Amino acid sequence: MILNNFFSMGGYAAYVWSAYGISFIVLFLNIFLAIRNERKTIDELKKIKE
Amino acid sequence: MSEYINIFNVILRRDLILAFRDKTDFINSLFFFIIVITLFPLSFGTKSTIVNEIIPGMIWISALLATCLTLETIFRSDFEDGSIEQLTLSRYPLTLLVSAKIFAHWITFGIPLIIISLLMGILLSLSNEIIMALFITLILGTPILSLLGSVMVALTIGLRGGMLLNLLILPLSMPVLIFSTVAIQNAASNQSMIAEVYFLAGILVLTITLAPLATAAALRIRLS
Amino acid sequence: MYKWIHQFGSPKYFYDISLCLSKWVTIVCIVCFISGLYGGLVLAPADYQQGDSFRIIYVHVPAAWMSLFIYIVLAASGAISLIWHIKISDIIARVSAPIGASYTFLALSTGAIWGKPMWGTYWVWDARLTSELILLFLYLGYMALQSAFDDKRIAARAGAVLALIGIINIPIIHYSVEWWSTLHQGPTITKLDKPSIHFTMLIPLILMVIAFKTFYITTVLIKTRSEILKYECNSSWVKKILGN
Repeated sequence: MILNNFFSMGGYAAYVWSAYGISFIVLFLNIFLAIRNERKTIDELKKIKE
Repeated sequence: MSEYINIFNVILRRDLILAFRDKTDFINSLFFFIIVITLFPLSFGTKSTIVNEIIPGMIWISALLATCLTLETIFRSDFEDGSIEQLTLSRYPLTLLVSAKIFAHWITFGIPLIIISLLMGILLSLSNEIIMALFITLILGTPILSLLGSVMVALTIGLRGGMLLNLLILPLSMPVLIFSTVAIQNAASNQSMIAEVYFLAGILVLTITLAPLATAAALRIRLS
Repeated sequence: MYKWIHQFGSPKYFYDISLCLSKWVTIVCIVCFISGLYGGLVLAPADYQQGDSFRIIYVHVPAAWMSLFIYIVLAASGAISLIWHIKISDIIARVSAPIGASYTFLALSTGAIWGKPMWGTYWVWDARLTSELILLFLYLGYMALQSAFDDKRIAARAGAVLALIGIINIPIIHYSVEWWSTLHQGPTITKLDKPSIHFTMLIPLILMVIAFKTFYITTVLIKTRSEILKYECNSSWVKKILGN
Protein backbone atom coordinates (compact mmCIF):
# COMPACT_ATOMS: atom_id res chain seq x y z
CA MET A 1 0.00 0.00 0.00
CA ILE A 2 2.75 2.39 0.99
CA LEU A 3 4.70 1.33 -2.04
CA ASN A 4 1.65 1.97 -4.17
CA ASN A 5 1.36 5.50 -2.79
CA PHE A 6 5.00 6.02 -3.51
CA PHE A 7 4.68 5.02 -7.13
CA SER A 8 1.50 6.98 -7.79
CA MET A 9 3.13 10.20 -6.49
CA GLY A 10 -0.18 11.72 -5.47
CA GLY A 11 -1.52 11.54 -9.00
CA TYR A 12 1.54 13.07 -10.62
CA ALA A 13 3.22 9.76 -11.39
CA ALA A 14 3.50 10.32 -15.15
CA TYR A 15 5.23 13.67 -14.73
CA VAL A 16 7.53 12.83 -11.85
CA TRP A 17 8.68 9.49 -13.19
CA SER A 18 9.16 10.71 -16.74
CA ALA A 19 11.29 13.61 -15.46
CA TYR A 20 13.40 11.21 -13.39
CA GLY A 21 13.54 8.79 -16.29
CA ILE A 22 14.90 11.41 -18.67
CA SER A 23 17.44 12.51 -16.08
CA PHE A 24 18.55 8.97 -15.55
CA ILE A 25 18.91 8.33 -19.27
CA VAL A 26 20.88 11.53 -19.89
CA LEU A 27 23.23 11.00 -16.96
CA PHE A 28 23.69 7.34 -17.83
CA LEU A 29 24.52 8.18 -21.45
CA ASN A 30 27.06 10.75 -20.26
CA ILE A 31 29.00 8.34 -18.09
CA PHE A 32 28.52 5.36 -20.38
CA LEU A 33 29.87 7.15 -23.43
CA ALA A 34 32.79 8.52 -21.41
CA ILE A 35 33.79 5.08 -20.12
CA ARG A 36 33.35 3.43 -23.50
CA ASN A 37 35.45 6.15 -25.10
CA GLU A 38 38.21 5.62 -22.52
CA ARG A 39 38.27 1.84 -23.12
CA LYS A 40 38.33 2.34 -26.87
CA THR A 41 41.18 4.81 -26.64
CA ILE A 42 43.27 2.49 -24.48
CA ASP A 43 42.60 -0.47 -26.77
CA GLU A 44 43.52 1.51 -29.85
CA LEU A 45 46.71 2.84 -28.32
CA LYS A 46 47.72 -0.66 -27.22
CA LYS A 47 47.12 -1.94 -30.73
CA ILE A 48 49.25 0.85 -32.20
CA LYS A 49 52.00 0.08 -29.73
CA GLU A 50 52.12 -3.54 -30.74
CA MET B 1 48.16 59.63 -32.30
CA SER B 2 47.61 61.43 -35.58
CA GLU B 3 49.44 58.56 -37.20
CA TYR B 4 46.84 56.17 -35.86
CA ILE B 5 43.99 58.33 -37.10
CA ASN B 6 45.72 58.40 -40.45
CA ILE B 7 46.02 54.66 -40.75
CA PHE B 8 42.40 54.28 -39.62
CA ASN B 9 41.36 56.59 -42.45
CA VAL B 10 43.51 54.75 -44.97
CA ILE B 11 41.96 51.39 -44.15
CA LEU B 12 38.48 52.88 -44.03
CA ARG B 13 38.91 54.50 -47.46
CA ARG B 14 40.37 51.31 -48.92
CA ASP B 15 37.46 49.19 -47.72
CA LEU B 16 34.90 51.72 -48.90
CA ILE B 17 36.47 51.84 -52.36
CA LEU B 18 36.56 48.06 -52.54
CA ALA B 19 32.93 47.89 -51.48
CA PHE B 20 31.84 50.40 -54.11
CA ARG B 21 33.74 48.54 -56.82
CA ASP B 22 32.12 45.24 -55.95
CA LYS B 23 28.63 46.27 -55.03
CA THR B 24 26.81 43.01 -55.80
CA ASP B 25 26.87 41.57 -52.28
CA PHE B 26 25.54 44.68 -50.63
CA ILE B 27 22.93 45.39 -53.26
CA ASN B 28 21.73 41.80 -53.26
CA SER B 29 21.36 41.70 -49.52
CA LEU B 30 19.53 45.04 -49.52
CA PHE B 31 17.18 43.60 -52.13
CA PHE B 32 16.75 40.56 -49.93
CA PHE B 33 15.83 42.91 -47.09
CA ILE B 34 13.23 44.73 -49.21
CA ILE B 35 11.74 41.51 -50.56
CA VAL B 36 11.40 39.95 -47.12
CA ILE B 37 9.64 43.06 -45.84
CA THR B 38 7.22 43.06 -48.76
CA LEU B 39 6.49 39.37 -48.21
CA PHE B 40 5.25 39.90 -44.67
CA PRO B 41 2.25 42.15 -45.45
CA LEU B 42 1.34 39.75 -48.25
CA SER B 43 1.10 36.87 -45.80
CA PHE B 44 -0.56 38.78 -42.95
CA GLY B 45 -2.91 40.98 -44.92
CA THR B 46 -2.77 44.74 -44.46
CA LYS B 47 -5.19 45.47 -41.66
CA SER B 48 -3.81 48.57 -40.05
CA THR B 49 -3.91 47.23 -36.48
CA ILE B 50 -1.82 44.21 -37.36
CA VAL B 51 0.57 46.27 -39.45
CA ASN B 52 1.40 48.65 -36.63
CA GLU B 53 1.97 45.82 -34.18
CA ILE B 54 3.88 43.37 -36.29
CA ILE B 55 5.68 45.34 -38.98
CA PRO B 56 8.35 47.03 -36.78
CA GLY B 57 9.46 43.75 -35.25
CA MET B 58 9.46 42.14 -38.64
CA ILE B 59 11.56 44.93 -40.12
CA TRP B 60 14.03 44.24 -37.33
CA ILE B 61 14.14 40.51 -38.01
CA SER B 62 14.67 41.15 -41.71
CA ALA B 63 17.46 43.59 -40.88
CA LEU B 64 19.09 40.95 -38.69
CA LEU B 65 18.92 38.30 -41.41
CA ALA B 66 20.13 40.68 -44.11
CA THR B 67 23.07 41.68 -41.92
CA CYS B 68 23.96 38.01 -41.46
CA LEU B 69 24.17 37.70 -45.23
CA THR B 70 26.68 40.53 -45.60
CA LEU B 71 28.83 39.97 -42.54
CA GLU B 72 31.23 37.69 -44.31
CA THR B 73 32.27 40.47 -46.66
CA ILE B 74 34.12 42.18 -43.79
CA PHE B 75 37.01 39.75 -44.11
CA ARG B 76 36.27 37.45 -47.04
CA SER B 77 38.26 39.19 -49.81
CA ASP B 78 41.14 39.95 -47.42
CA PHE B 79 41.19 36.35 -46.36
CA GLU B 80 41.16 35.06 -49.91
CA ASP B 81 43.96 37.28 -51.26
CA GLY B 82 46.02 37.04 -48.09
CA SER B 83 46.01 40.74 -47.27
CA ILE B 84 44.67 39.88 -43.82
CA GLU B 85 48.07 38.40 -43.02
CA GLN B 86 49.68 41.65 -44.06
CA LEU B 87 47.40 43.47 -41.65
CA THR B 88 48.34 41.21 -38.75
CA LEU B 89 52.01 41.71 -39.54
CA SER B 90 51.80 45.51 -39.74
CA ARG B 91 53.29 47.58 -36.95
CA TYR B 92 49.96 49.17 -36.13
CA PRO B 93 47.66 47.58 -33.59
CA LEU B 94 45.41 45.06 -35.30
CA THR B 95 42.49 46.21 -33.14
CA LEU B 96 42.61 49.63 -34.80
CA LEU B 97 42.77 48.22 -38.33
CA VAL B 98 39.94 45.85 -37.61
CA SER B 99 37.73 48.59 -36.19
CA ALA B 100 38.26 50.59 -39.39
CA LYS B 101 37.06 47.59 -41.38
CA ILE B 102 33.99 47.15 -39.19
CA PHE B 103 33.19 50.83 -39.49
CA ALA B 104 33.45 50.55 -43.26
CA HIS B 105 31.03 47.63 -43.20
CA TRP B 106 28.56 49.65 -41.18
CA ILE B 107 28.81 52.62 -43.56
CA THR B 108 28.32 50.51 -46.66
CA PHE B 109 25.59 48.31 -45.28
CA GLY B 110 24.15 49.72 -42.05
CA ILE B 111 23.37 53.21 -43.32
CA PRO B 112 21.59 52.11 -46.54
CA LEU B 113 19.69 49.59 -44.45
CA ILE B 114 18.48 52.28 -42.07
CA ILE B 115 17.41 54.55 -44.94
CA ILE B 116 15.59 51.75 -46.72
CA SER B 117 13.77 50.63 -43.60
CA LEU B 118 12.60 54.20 -42.97
CA LEU B 119 11.31 54.36 -46.53
CA MET B 120 9.61 50.99 -46.11
CA GLY B 121 8.09 52.27 -42.88
CA ILE B 122 6.54 55.19 -44.74
CA LEU B 123 5.42 52.84 -47.51
CA LEU B 124 3.69 50.60 -44.96
CA SER B 125 2.10 53.71 -43.45
CA LEU B 126 3.49 53.29 -39.96
CA SER B 127 2.81 56.09 -37.51
CA ASN B 128 5.43 58.78 -37.05
CA GLU B 129 6.34 57.69 -33.52
CA ILE B 130 7.03 54.18 -34.72
CA ILE B 131 9.21 55.39 -37.58
CA MET B 132 11.15 57.57 -35.16
CA ALA B 133 11.61 54.65 -32.76
CA LEU B 134 12.63 52.41 -35.64
CA PHE B 135 15.23 54.96 -36.69
CA ILE B 136 16.72 55.31 -33.20
CA THR B 137 16.87 51.58 -32.51
CA LEU B 138 18.33 50.80 -35.92
CA ILE B 139 20.99 53.47 -35.61
CA LEU B 140 22.03 52.02 -32.24
CA GLY B 141 21.43 48.38 -33.12
CA THR B 142 23.03 47.87 -36.53
CA PRO B 143 26.55 48.82 -35.35
CA ILE B 144 26.19 46.25 -32.58
CA LEU B 145 25.33 43.62 -35.18
CA SER B 146 28.33 44.59 -37.32
CA LEU B 147 30.65 44.50 -34.32
CA LEU B 148 29.42 41.20 -32.88
CA GLY B 149 29.33 39.77 -36.38
CA SER B 150 32.92 40.70 -37.08
CA VAL B 151 34.09 38.55 -34.17
CA MET B 152 32.08 35.58 -35.42
CA VAL B 153 33.28 36.12 -38.98
CA ALA B 154 36.88 36.21 -37.78
CA LEU B 155 36.28 32.92 -36.00
CA THR B 156 34.53 31.15 -38.86
CA ILE B 157 35.86 32.62 -42.11
CA GLY B 158 37.18 30.05 -44.51
CA LEU B 159 35.73 27.12 -42.60
CA ARG B 160 33.63 24.58 -44.41
CA GLY B 161 29.91 25.13 -43.98
CA GLY B 162 28.72 28.71 -44.21
CA MET B 163 25.81 28.18 -41.86
CA LEU B 164 28.06 28.15 -38.82
CA LEU B 165 28.31 31.94 -38.80
CA ASN B 166 24.53 32.34 -38.54
CA LEU B 167 24.33 29.68 -35.87
CA LEU B 168 26.79 31.65 -33.74
CA ILE B 169 25.55 35.17 -34.38
CA LEU B 170 21.80 34.74 -34.00
CA PRO B 171 21.65 33.73 -30.31
CA LEU B 172 24.10 36.46 -29.38
CA SER B 173 22.17 39.17 -31.23
CA MET B 174 18.97 38.37 -29.39
CA PRO B 175 19.26 41.13 -26.74
CA VAL B 176 19.51 43.76 -29.47
CA LEU B 177 16.38 42.40 -31.11
CA ILE B 178 14.45 42.29 -27.86
CA PHE B 179 15.38 45.75 -26.63
CA SER B 180 14.67 47.28 -30.04
CA THR B 181 11.27 45.71 -30.49
CA VAL B 182 10.25 46.49 -26.92
CA ALA B 183 11.30 50.11 -27.46
CA ILE B 184 9.27 50.30 -30.66
CA GLN B 185 6.23 48.74 -29.03
CA ASN B 186 6.46 51.22 -26.18
CA ALA B 187 6.64 54.04 -28.68
CA ALA B 188 3.62 52.61 -30.48
CA SER B 189 1.58 52.71 -27.28
CA ASN B 190 2.80 56.23 -26.46
CA GLN B 191 4.98 55.12 -23.56
CA SER B 192 8.52 56.18 -22.84
CA MET B 193 11.15 54.05 -24.56
CA ILE B 194 14.11 55.80 -22.96
CA ALA B 195 15.09 52.82 -20.76
CA GLU B 196 15.46 50.43 -23.70
CA VAL B 197 17.34 53.05 -25.72
CA TYR B 198 19.78 53.55 -22.85
CA PHE B 199 20.25 49.81 -22.65
CA LEU B 200 20.95 49.58 -26.37
CA ALA B 201 23.42 52.43 -26.09
CA GLY B 202 25.10 50.64 -23.21
CA ILE B 203 25.45 47.45 -25.24
CA LEU B 204 26.78 49.52 -28.14
CA VAL B 205 29.49 51.06 -25.96
CA LEU B 206 30.39 47.64 -24.58
CA THR B 207 30.69 46.08 -28.02
CA ILE B 208 32.63 49.03 -29.45
CA THR B 209 35.16 48.56 -26.68
CA LEU B 210 35.43 44.79 -26.67
CA ALA B 211 34.48 43.49 -30.11
CA PRO B 212 37.49 44.88 -32.04
CA LEU B 213 39.81 43.39 -29.41
CA ALA B 214 38.06 40.03 -29.68
CA THR B 215 38.11 40.20 -33.48
CA ALA B 216 41.85 40.90 -33.50
CA ALA B 217 42.45 38.02 -31.08
CA ALA B 218 40.29 35.70 -33.19
CA LEU B 219 42.15 36.65 -36.38
CA ARG B 220 45.50 36.00 -34.75
CA ILE B 221 44.27 32.60 -33.59
CA ARG B 222 43.01 31.74 -37.04
CA LEU B 223 46.27 32.72 -38.71
CA SER B 224 48.59 31.17 -36.14
CA MET C 1 51.45 30.43 -8.40
CA TYR C 2 52.67 30.17 -11.99
CA LYS C 3 54.75 27.20 -11.10
CA TRP C 4 51.77 25.54 -9.50
CA ILE C 5 49.59 26.20 -12.53
CA HIS C 6 52.16 24.78 -14.88
CA GLN C 7 52.72 21.77 -12.72
CA PHE C 8 48.99 21.17 -12.60
CA GLY C 9 48.85 21.70 -16.32
CA SER C 10 51.44 19.05 -17.06
CA PRO C 11 49.57 16.06 -18.48
CA LYS C 12 51.31 13.40 -16.42
CA TYR C 13 50.75 15.22 -13.15
CA PHE C 14 47.12 15.80 -14.00
CA TYR C 15 46.67 12.18 -14.99
CA ASP C 16 48.02 10.89 -11.69
CA ILE C 17 46.06 13.41 -9.62
CA SER C 18 42.85 12.72 -11.50
CA LEU C 19 43.13 8.97 -11.02
CA CYS C 20 43.36 9.45 -7.29
CA LEU C 21 40.71 12.19 -7.26
CA SER C 22 38.32 10.19 -9.42
CA LYS C 23 37.90 7.49 -6.80
CA TRP C 24 36.88 9.85 -4.00
CA VAL C 25 34.66 11.99 -6.19
CA THR C 26 32.82 8.90 -7.41
CA ILE C 27 32.23 7.73 -3.87
CA VAL C 28 30.87 11.14 -2.82
CA CYS C 29 28.71 11.20 -5.94
CA ILE C 30 27.15 7.80 -5.31
CA VAL C 31 26.50 8.51 -1.63
CA CYS C 32 24.92 11.88 -2.37
CA PHE C 33 22.82 10.46 -5.19
CA ILE C 34 21.36 7.66 -3.13
CA SER C 35 20.73 9.72 -0.02
CA GLY C 36 19.46 12.67 -2.07
CA LEU C 37 17.06 10.50 -4.02
CA TYR C 38 15.84 8.77 -0.87
CA GLY C 39 15.40 12.06 0.91
CA GLY C 40 13.75 13.73 -2.02
CA LEU C 41 11.41 10.98 -3.15
CA VAL C 42 10.53 9.38 0.16
CA LEU C 43 11.34 11.47 3.21
CA ALA C 44 10.43 14.96 2.01
CA PRO C 45 6.73 15.72 2.60
CA ALA C 46 4.54 16.65 -0.35
CA ASP C 47 4.34 20.37 -1.05
CA TYR C 48 1.06 21.84 0.18
CA GLN C 49 0.54 23.71 -3.09
CA GLN C 50 2.12 21.54 -5.72
CA GLY C 51 1.59 18.12 -4.21
CA ASP C 52 4.08 15.46 -5.15
CA SER C 53 4.96 17.03 -8.49
CA PHE C 54 7.41 19.36 -6.73
CA ARG C 55 9.76 16.38 -6.43
CA ILE C 56 10.90 17.12 -9.96
CA ILE C 57 12.85 19.96 -8.33
CA TYR C 58 15.47 17.44 -7.23
CA VAL C 59 16.60 16.84 -10.79
CA HIS C 60 15.50 20.10 -12.36
CA VAL C 61 17.30 22.63 -10.18
CA PRO C 62 20.67 20.82 -10.01
CA ALA C 63 20.61 20.40 -13.80
CA ALA C 64 19.82 24.07 -14.33
CA TRP C 65 22.55 25.19 -11.95
CA MET C 66 25.05 22.87 -13.57
CA SER C 67 24.17 24.14 -17.04
CA LEU C 68 25.26 27.62 -16.00
CA PHE C 69 28.22 26.36 -13.98
CA ILE C 70 29.59 24.36 -16.91
CA TYR C 71 29.34 27.40 -19.17
CA ILE C 72 31.42 29.31 -16.62
CA VAL C 73 33.90 26.42 -16.69
CA LEU C 74 34.07 26.72 -20.49
CA ALA C 75 34.79 30.44 -20.30
CA ALA C 76 37.25 30.15 -17.41
CA SER C 77 39.25 27.35 -18.99
CA GLY C 78 39.07 29.27 -22.26
CA ALA C 79 40.64 32.28 -20.55
CA ILE C 80 43.31 30.05 -19.00
CA SER C 81 44.18 28.47 -22.32
CA LEU C 82 44.33 31.88 -24.05
CA ILE C 83 46.60 33.35 -21.37
CA TRP C 84 48.83 30.45 -20.32
CA HIS C 85 48.40 28.06 -23.28
CA ILE C 86 47.72 25.11 -21.01
CA LYS C 87 46.70 22.00 -22.87
CA ILE C 88 44.66 20.53 -20.03
CA SER C 89 42.31 23.48 -19.97
CA ASP C 90 41.75 23.08 -23.73
CA ILE C 91 40.79 19.49 -23.16
CA ILE C 92 38.55 20.28 -20.20
CA ALA C 93 36.68 22.92 -22.20
CA ARG C 94 36.22 20.61 -25.15
CA VAL C 95 34.94 17.63 -23.19
CA SER C 96 32.75 19.81 -20.95
CA ALA C 97 30.72 21.33 -23.78
CA PRO C 98 28.63 18.24 -24.65
CA ILE C 99 28.05 17.54 -20.96
CA GLY C 100 26.89 21.11 -20.46
CA ALA C 101 24.59 20.84 -23.44
CA SER C 102 23.11 17.63 -22.07
CA TYR C 103 22.52 19.23 -18.65
CA THR C 104 20.86 22.20 -20.31
CA PHE C 105 18.65 19.85 -22.27
CA LEU C 106 17.84 18.07 -19.02
CA ALA C 107 16.92 21.31 -17.27
CA LEU C 108 14.68 22.32 -20.17
CA SER C 109 12.93 18.99 -20.53
CA THR C 110 12.33 18.40 -16.82
CA GLY C 111 11.14 21.99 -16.57
CA ALA C 112 8.69 21.38 -19.39
CA ILE C 113 7.41 18.22 -17.73
CA TRP C 114 7.01 20.12 -14.47
CA GLY C 115 5.28 22.98 -16.23
CA LYS C 116 2.50 20.81 -17.59
CA PRO C 117 0.75 20.04 -14.26
CA MET C 118 1.67 23.39 -12.68
CA TRP C 119 1.09 25.93 -15.41
CA GLY C 120 -1.08 23.80 -17.67
CA THR C 121 1.37 24.04 -20.55
CA TYR C 122 4.73 22.58 -21.42
CA TRP C 123 6.31 25.82 -22.49
CA VAL C 124 5.90 29.47 -21.58
CA TRP C 125 7.97 32.28 -23.05
CA ASP C 126 9.12 33.13 -19.59
CA ALA C 127 12.42 34.86 -18.94
CA ARG C 128 14.16 31.89 -17.37
CA LEU C 129 12.96 29.38 -19.91
CA THR C 130 13.92 31.52 -22.86
CA SER C 131 17.38 32.35 -21.61
CA GLU C 132 17.98 28.69 -20.79
CA LEU C 133 16.99 27.83 -24.36
CA ILE C 134 19.43 30.43 -25.68
CA LEU C 135 22.08 28.88 -23.44
CA LEU C 136 21.45 25.57 -25.19
CA PHE C 137 21.96 27.32 -28.55
CA LEU C 138 25.23 28.80 -27.26
CA TYR C 139 26.43 25.33 -26.28
CA LEU C 140 25.46 23.93 -29.68
CA GLY C 141 27.22 26.80 -31.44
CA TYR C 142 30.33 26.19 -29.36
CA MET C 143 30.33 22.51 -30.25
CA ALA C 144 29.71 23.26 -33.93
CA LEU C 145 32.63 25.69 -33.97
CA GLN C 146 34.90 23.16 -32.27
CA SER C 147 34.06 20.44 -34.74
CA ALA C 148 34.64 22.73 -37.74
CA PHE C 149 38.39 22.90 -37.12
CA ASP C 150 40.81 20.12 -37.90
CA ASP C 151 43.57 21.49 -35.72
CA LYS C 152 42.48 20.93 -32.13
CA ARG C 153 44.70 23.64 -30.71
CA ILE C 154 43.18 26.34 -32.92
CA ALA C 155 39.74 24.90 -32.25
CA ALA C 156 40.27 25.24 -28.52
CA ARG C 157 41.42 28.84 -28.73
CA ALA C 158 38.67 29.88 -31.14
CA GLY C 159 36.19 28.23 -28.82
CA ALA C 160 37.72 30.15 -25.93
CA VAL C 161 37.02 33.48 -27.65
CA LEU C 162 33.44 32.39 -28.33
CA ALA C 163 32.89 31.21 -24.77
CA LEU C 164 34.22 34.47 -23.32
CA ILE C 165 31.92 36.53 -25.54
CA GLY C 166 29.06 34.24 -24.56
CA ILE C 167 29.72 34.69 -20.86
CA ILE C 168 29.56 38.48 -21.22
CA ASN C 169 26.33 38.03 -23.10
CA ILE C 170 24.62 35.71 -20.65
CA PRO C 171 23.67 38.43 -18.13
CA ILE C 172 22.62 40.74 -20.96
CA ILE C 173 20.50 38.02 -22.52
CA HIS C 174 18.99 37.18 -19.17
CA TYR C 175 18.01 40.73 -18.31
CA SER C 176 16.75 41.55 -21.77
CA VAL C 177 14.53 38.50 -21.72
CA GLU C 178 13.34 39.21 -18.21
CA TRP C 179 12.40 42.71 -19.13
CA TRP C 180 10.75 41.65 -22.33
CA SER C 181 8.56 38.98 -20.80
CA THR C 182 7.56 40.94 -17.71
CA LEU C 183 6.40 43.71 -19.98
CA HIS C 184 4.26 41.42 -22.05
CA GLN C 185 2.86 38.85 -19.67
CA GLY C 186 1.21 39.33 -16.38
CA PRO C 187 2.94 37.66 -13.43
CA THR C 188 0.73 34.61 -13.78
CA ILE C 189 3.51 32.14 -13.30
CA THR C 190 3.84 30.78 -9.83
CA LYS C 191 7.47 30.15 -9.16
CA LEU C 192 8.48 28.01 -6.25
CA ASP C 193 8.01 29.89 -3.01
CA LYS C 194 11.67 30.18 -2.25
CA PRO C 195 11.74 31.82 1.18
CA SER C 196 9.70 29.22 3.00
CA ILE C 197 11.28 26.07 1.64
CA HIS C 198 11.29 23.55 4.41
CA PHE C 199 14.36 21.99 5.96
CA THR C 200 13.40 18.44 4.94
CA MET C 201 12.98 19.61 1.35
CA LEU C 202 16.16 21.64 1.29
CA ILE C 203 18.60 18.99 2.51
CA PRO C 204 17.88 16.51 -0.33
CA LEU C 205 18.16 19.40 -2.81
CA ILE C 206 21.63 20.26 -1.54
CA LEU C 207 22.60 16.61 -1.68
CA MET C 208 21.38 16.35 -5.26
CA VAL C 209 23.26 19.50 -6.25
CA ILE C 210 26.46 17.99 -4.84
CA ALA C 211 25.67 14.72 -6.59
CA PHE C 212 25.21 16.42 -9.98
CA LYS C 213 28.40 18.42 -9.53
CA THR C 214 30.49 15.43 -8.57
CA PHE C 215 28.91 13.46 -11.40
CA TYR C 216 30.03 16.16 -13.81
CA ILE C 217 33.54 16.09 -12.33
CA THR C 218 33.70 12.30 -12.65
CA THR C 219 32.63 12.39 -16.28
CA VAL C 220 35.05 15.18 -17.13
CA LEU C 221 37.94 13.41 -15.45
CA ILE C 222 37.30 10.18 -17.37
CA LYS C 223 37.01 12.00 -20.68
CA THR C 224 40.04 14.16 -19.97
CA ARG C 225 42.16 11.14 -19.12
CA SER C 226 41.40 9.44 -22.40
CA GLU C 227 42.13 12.65 -24.31
CA ILE C 228 45.45 13.01 -22.46
CA LEU C 229 46.39 9.47 -23.42
CA LYS C 230 45.61 10.29 -27.05
CA TYR C 231 47.68 13.47 -27.00
CA GLU C 232 50.64 12.00 -25.15
CA CYS C 233 50.65 8.58 -26.76
CA ASN C 234 54.31 8.86 -27.68
CA SER C 235 55.67 9.81 -24.28
CA SER C 236 57.30 7.25 -22.06
CA TRP C 237 54.90 7.44 -19.12
CA VAL C 238 51.93 6.63 -21.33
CA LYS C 239 53.76 3.66 -22.76
CA LYS C 240 54.41 2.47 -19.26
CA ILE C 241 50.73 2.72 -18.37
CA LEU C 242 49.69 0.91 -21.53
CA GLY C 243 52.27 -1.78 -20.86
CA ASN C 244 50.58 -2.82 -17.66
